[in-house]
Parts: sequence; structure tokens; C-alpha cells
Amino acid sequence: MSATTPFAAVSAARSEWLQPHRIVLIAIAAALVLSAAIFMRWDWLPKYYDLALLGIWRTIWILAVTVTLGFMLAVPLGLAQAAGPFWLAWPAKAFCTVIRGTPLLLQLWLLYYGLGSLFPQYPWIRQSELWPILRQAWPYAVVALTLSYAAYEGEVMRGAFAGVPRGQLEAARAFGMSPWKRFRRIWLPQAIHRALPTLAGETVLQLKATPLVATITVIDIYAVASRVRQDTFIVYEPLLLLALIYLIITGILVFGFRKLEAKIPSRLG
Amino acid sequence: MVAVDAAKHPAPTDGLAAEAIHVENLHKKFGQLHVLKGVSLSARDGEVVAIIGGSGSGKSTLLRCINCLENPTSGIIRVNGEEIRLKPNGFGDSIPADRRQIERIRSRLGMVFQSFNLWSHMTLLENVIEVPVHVLGIKRMDAIAEAERLLARVGLAEKRDVYPAYLSGGQQQRAAIARALAVQPRVMLFDEPTSALDPELVGEVLKVIGDLAREGRTMVLVTHEMKFAREVATHVIYLFNGQVEEEGPPEQIFGAPKSERLKQFIRSIG
Repeated sequence: MSATTPFAAVSAARSEWLQPHRIVLIAIAAALVLSAAIFMRWDWLPKYYDLALLGIWRTIWILAVTVTLGFMLAVPLGLAQAAGPFWLAWPAKAFCTVIRGTPLLLQLWLLYYGLGSLFPQYPWIRQSELWPILRQAWPYAVVALTLSYAAYEGEVMRGAFAGVPRGQLEAARAFGMSPWKRFRRIWLPQAIHRALPTLAGETVLQLKATPLVATITVIDIYAVASRVRQDTFIVYEPLLLLALIYLIITGILVFGFRKLEAKIPSRLG
Repeated sequence: MVAVDAAKHPAPTDGLAAEAIHVENLHKKFGQLHVLKGVSLSARDGEVVAIIGGSGSGKSTLLRCINCLENPTSGIIRVNGEEIRLKPNGFGDSIPADRRQIERIRSRLGMVFQSFNLWSHMTLLENVIEVPVHVLGIKRMDAIAEAERLLARVGLAEKRDVYPAYLSGGQQQRAAIARALAVQPRVMLFDEPTSALDPELVGEVLKVIGDLAREGRTMVLVTHEMKFAREVATHVIYLFNGQVEEEGPPEQIFGAPKSERLKQFIRSIG
């Protein structure tokens, strides 16, 4: 490898990539896209362009917020189960089991229709500063999706925390690190790294769970596609475009996580 | 029995070097198993104390009690004249009563493990500067300069940006020694540092430890390498069944053992 120049390496990589079967696949994909563009109806697109962009933005926003908040909850949930005293481990375990054992749609509706109809009965809630937020649908969507992600990731993090070799933490203890430092510098980074491949998969699943928020009137990209169908009676074109959009977001997620994983060598001691 | 004021144990004034490690009447039980039955140990500055003994004799447990990685059941442990304050933990053992005290003491005891235990998510350089920067509060630039010097010293200068998983056991253990040296330890604790190594890699690690011993570092060393112990130790302790069966200078222990068990042990190990 060291003998070849950078340019030779690049062109070698390129010729390796452009193999006959790949060229055929690319041609088929191009033909599909082209025929879809020519033979299907896309005249509705300009009218719904702005709404679609807003929908994509909402989907990504909900995904990012719920994954971030969910992960922040998952760390203590996993830690409590892996190393906590029973009065912390048990509730964490119960939470994960209940959330993972019931459909997300059910949780979403329980929150939205249950809490959402309970809140207005209390005048002090209706008069509170939070009411303008609480009367909207998106807070319930964010809470439900966050709890769901937290429960699944809590389980993943439990395994990841438990999987960090004892010796790694013992070395930290032997060198006088405080419990918090041991957690922050050694235990958490190693657990996250162990969990990364699973986290990537769970995050893609989370993306595909976001359309559920359309059932409680949050207009994400899925809701936009439904709106197009209802307005114009065009069925396939919006759904195809929807599939493509989810695929692209998934691709970006997978690529991002792979970059993150590559930062540290996979062979953990 | 346990918590005794450190001030009652002033540094010795008998003309000998100060006592770096002092262990007195140490007991350790694992449930019903009585692993250490009243062991005492002393290492003065510059001394190299080797602890030998068969498997299950309690030698690793003794070493790990010095920095309370293992909680002793009872006994007195003093490091540089400062007694580790202990309190009962309710399960029959004693635990450090003052977290800050034990953390401060640990941070100046460079420990080297049998299985290296380098932090696998950090490069060698990051491993070596971790404790100086994040525990001892040394400036990162200074810590890096010192770490480079130490890695060069153990022959790993060019591996500074490599992760431990990509190194041989011998290289990992040498890096672990550099990590222990980086805290400028008053005493170094070696827990069977060559037991997990392939035979052809033992030599490179023993050479590094031997050099440190010859330069007058204070060490407590648990080892199976009898020839090495004879070479570098100033004092040898033979543990049998949780008790000190015999101790003395290496010439006496290896040359003219008194105890029948020690004779047998030396014969069996060759």
C-alpha cells in the first residue's frame, strides 16, 4: 500500500467500486426513477412543496429531540439496572418492561387522549404558563416517543454497562479516581461504545416509529403524504416519495453512526 | 481495632529509611474462607518487597488490601506513615472511612495488574496522561511531555497513538508500567505482572521492572518469577495459607530456607 501513490490508490478504489454488477444495478435504478418521473403524476408537488418541507423538518426534529432526551434517560435507567440498589433497579426494570411490552401507539393515545383530556379539568393547569404548550399535540408525541426510546435503550445500556470488564473500572479505582470520574471517564464512554451498533439500529427504528404522531394530529412528513392522498386521490406517488425520504434519512443515520463507530477501534480489550 | 489516629504513628526515628508501606495484623475473609490470617508487612523507602507463595496463599489479596481494592476484614494499613481510616461496612469487612483520603493515597500508589487493564478506549498516551490530568490536576501539556518521556523509557515512544487492543501483552504491560510511573508513585504495586504473558514476552517486562528496582524505587511485588525475585528483591515474604511462613533477605529465603513448606515450594517451582 505504501508503494502506491495516493492517486493510484484512488483510481484503484474507483475501478474496484465500478464493477459490472454495480453498473447494471445503477442503470436499473436510474430507469426506475426515470419511468416514475415520466409515467407517474407529480403535478401536485409544487402545491405541497412547502408543507412537505415542514413535514420533513418536523419528522427530523421529533426524531432528534426524542433520541437525545431518550438516551439521556436511558443512561440512568441502564445504570440503575446494571449496578443500582434494588430500590432503583426494580423500578427501572419495571419501567423498561412495561414500555417495551405495550404498543407505542397505545402509549401515545393514553398520553394524548388520557392526560390530554384530564388536564383541562384542572383550572390551575389551564391557567398556568404551560397551558399554551400542553394544549398542543406535539408535547405528547415527544413524551411518548422519548419514553419509548428510553425504555429500549435503557435495556441496551444495562447490557453495555454490565459488559465493561471489571478490570477497566478496577484500574480507575486503583489510581484514585472518584466514583463520578470513574463513571464519566471510563465506564460511560466504554458502555456507549459497546452500545453504538445497537443504538444505530434502534435509532432507525425510532425514525420509523415517528409516523405514529400523525394519529394525534402532529403534521410530520407522513401526515403530509396522507393529506395529499385525501386532497387529490393520488395514492402511489406520495407514498413512493415518502418511502424515498425515509430511506434517505435512514441512510444518513447509518452513515453517521458508522463514522462514530470508526472513531474507536472495534476490538475492545 | 481499626480506626486509629494517624498522628499516633509518627515516622520512625531509628535511623532507617521511612516506612512507605506498613501492614499490621491483616485479616481478610471471603465469607467463610479465611484468606489472610494476621499478615504483617513492611516496606521502607527504596526497598523491593517480593511476596511469593502458591496459588491460594493470599498473596494477591494481601497486595490488593494495601490500596483497599479489596476491603480488609481487620488490620492496620499505613502508607507513608498515614493510616488508612477504616470503618465497618456491616458485612464483616472494613471499608475506607474517608473516600477522599483513600483516593488521595491510591493516586500515589502506582498499581500494575496481571491483566494490564489499560483503558481500552484510550490510546497509550491518553492512558498515561489520564490520571495526572484528571486526578492529580497536572497541566495537560506537562503531562503529555512526561508521558512521552515515560513511553520512550519503556520502549513504546512510537506507539503513543495506538490503542491497547493492537499491542502485544508485553507492550501493554510496559505501557501499564508507564501509566503507573506517570503518577510519580511513592510506592509501586505489582500484582503478578508477568503471569498473563506469553513466555517469550516475560523478559521485556521483567527488564523494565528490574531497571526500576535498581534505580531505588519502592515496590511491593507479587510474583511467580523466583529467579527475578531473587535478583531484584531486598526482602522476600513467603505466604502459606494466609500466613507469613517465612521471610527474610532473598539469599536466605532462596539459599537457606528454614521452613519445610518453603523448601518444598522452591523445589516444586524449580
